[in-house]
Amino acid sequence: MAFYSKEVMDHFVNPRNVGEIKDADGIGEVGNPVCGDMMTFYIKVSDNKIESVKFKTFGCGAAIAVSSMVSEMAFGKTIEEVMVLANADVAKALGGLPPNKMHCSNLGVDALHKAVANYKSKKKL
Amino acid sequence: MKQIYLDNQSNTKLDERVFNSMKPFFTEYYGNPQSIYSLGSVSKDALESARCKVAGLINADVREIIFTSCGTESNNLAIKGIADALKTNGRHIIVSSIEHFSILNSVRRLEKDGFEVSFVPVDNKGNVNELKLKEMLRKDTVLVSVQYANPEIGTIQNIKRLVSIVKQNQGNGNFVAFHTDAVSACGEILVDVKDLGVDSLTFSASAVHGPVGAAALYIKKSLKINPQMDGGVQENSKRSGTENIPAIVGFGKACEIAKEGIVDRSKFVRKLRNRLVSGLLNKIEYIYLNGPQFQENRLPGNINFSIEFVEGEALFLLLDAKGIMVASGSACANKDLKLSHVLRAINVDIAIGQGSIIFTLSKFNTEKEIEYVLKELPNIVKQLRDMSPLYSHFAKTGEKKVAGSGTNFGEHCHFDV
Repeated sequence: MAFYSKEVMDHFVNPRNVGEIKDADGIGEVGNPVCGDMMTFYIKVSDNKIESVKFKTFGCGAAIAVSSMVSEMAFGKTIEEVMVLANADVAKALGGLPPNKMHCSNLGVDALHKAVANYKSKKKL
Repeated sequence: MKQIYLDNQSNTKLDERVFNSMKPFFTEYYGNPQSIYSLGSVSKDALESARCKVAGLINADVREIIFTSCGTESNNLAIKGIADALKTNGRHIIVSSIEHFSILNSVRRLEKDGFEVSFVPVDNKGNVNELKLKEMLRKDTVLVSVQYANPEIGTIQNIKRLVSIVKQNQGNGNFVAFHTDAVSACGEILVDVKDLGVDSLTFSASAVHGPVGAAALYIKKSLKINPQMDGGVQENSKRSGTENIPAIVGFGKACEIAKEGIVDRSKFVRKLRNRLVSGLLNKIEYIYLNGPQFQENRLPGNINFSIEFVEGEALFLLLDAKGIMVASGSACANKDLKLSHVLRAINVDIAIGQGSIIFTLSKFNTEKEIEYVLKELPNIVKQLRDMSPLYSHFAKTGEKKVAGSGTNFGEHCHFDV
């Protein structure tokens, strides 16, 4: 069996929504290059919904795949819906992650939540 | 799809001639060499003929070669067997900080049994600190073990000098045994146990285009060693168990081939390596060498670069998608999610070490393959840098981020520096 699932490899080799948003409404960053993972998420919010989401990630195959999957899952959702997303949901959507990667690379939702918190504090919500 | 194998530190391709030499011993000559009827004699002759060839690779006497199943077993037998035989003289062992796990975990086991272990540090090129080694030697030191050549960063130790330091400073005239793990050195560079003066040495078939399943431990005639497995009289009662004749025959053939062409082969591999190195330095910015300079004491086929702003596992997975197989010392590429102990020992900056990529070349690689790597790798680095927040930060500000604002990192990752 391959180390990573087909879904992980697909999102890793062809990541969706890579990039930055210049006039982002919220930016969130988690991780630490010392470990090998750093994720930065950019969101645009319109009518309480995620209108656009981009990310940049430094890290292993799992970290990149997680970021890509999070960006897809967040797109079009309301702020409230985004806030109930959990890291475990992402791992599940990716067809699972190797056990030793579950905690280290699976930080995408944290980065997204930080971007939302940043948006809220800017808007004084 | 193309398959370009550049991870010869992990395993090597079996040489066709070796494979052919092994075949009859599976289905035709399957006798137990301990049996004295004719089929047993054929196996016995094959065993001793292989021993002669294996001894020849390292200039040992045939009686000084013990066959085992793998490098790990040879190292276990050496460390535990010698420590056990010499423990009445003392219970102190010194090993280098960049040893293979079969050495490191063997001495950790001995620690639990009341031995004390000192880890001699290496400099930033991986060379053992000779002064520290001298200082660490004590009256109760019985064993020193230093790896001949490191598979990850290619450092070749000056074993002869280290042996003489140890032998000149044996406390109270007590004997101190010197073991070297030469799995990565044998077949790559000339190894001569008589010249080196070591008491024991490990080498393995699978590192020299031989089969998995056979390895050897050279044990100098005068050295005491206690077996670690109880059983019959095989291998002079030092290593019991029915001999794996097909693998041992293959090991013999592999050693014969390795010895014949060693000078030319090493020249050929070095030339390929230099082409790959100069191409990479030319095409990729922010790339740093780990280990000794290429004209220094480095294995001819070894390259270990850190490519900044990208992560090693991501690099080798994308290379794999192009049919190129390499390794990495990055934390993400290690099962325990720690930067390799070798990169830590040579003080590689942890963030930069994450971009470690290891190529280990062999005689089976070609110039065409190297050109293909040089065509594909720069694109992959660009692809990963284009999505790296560390790189975009650097591109915008000229500053390098050393740590993110980060969440509580300890919650996510077990990491100690």
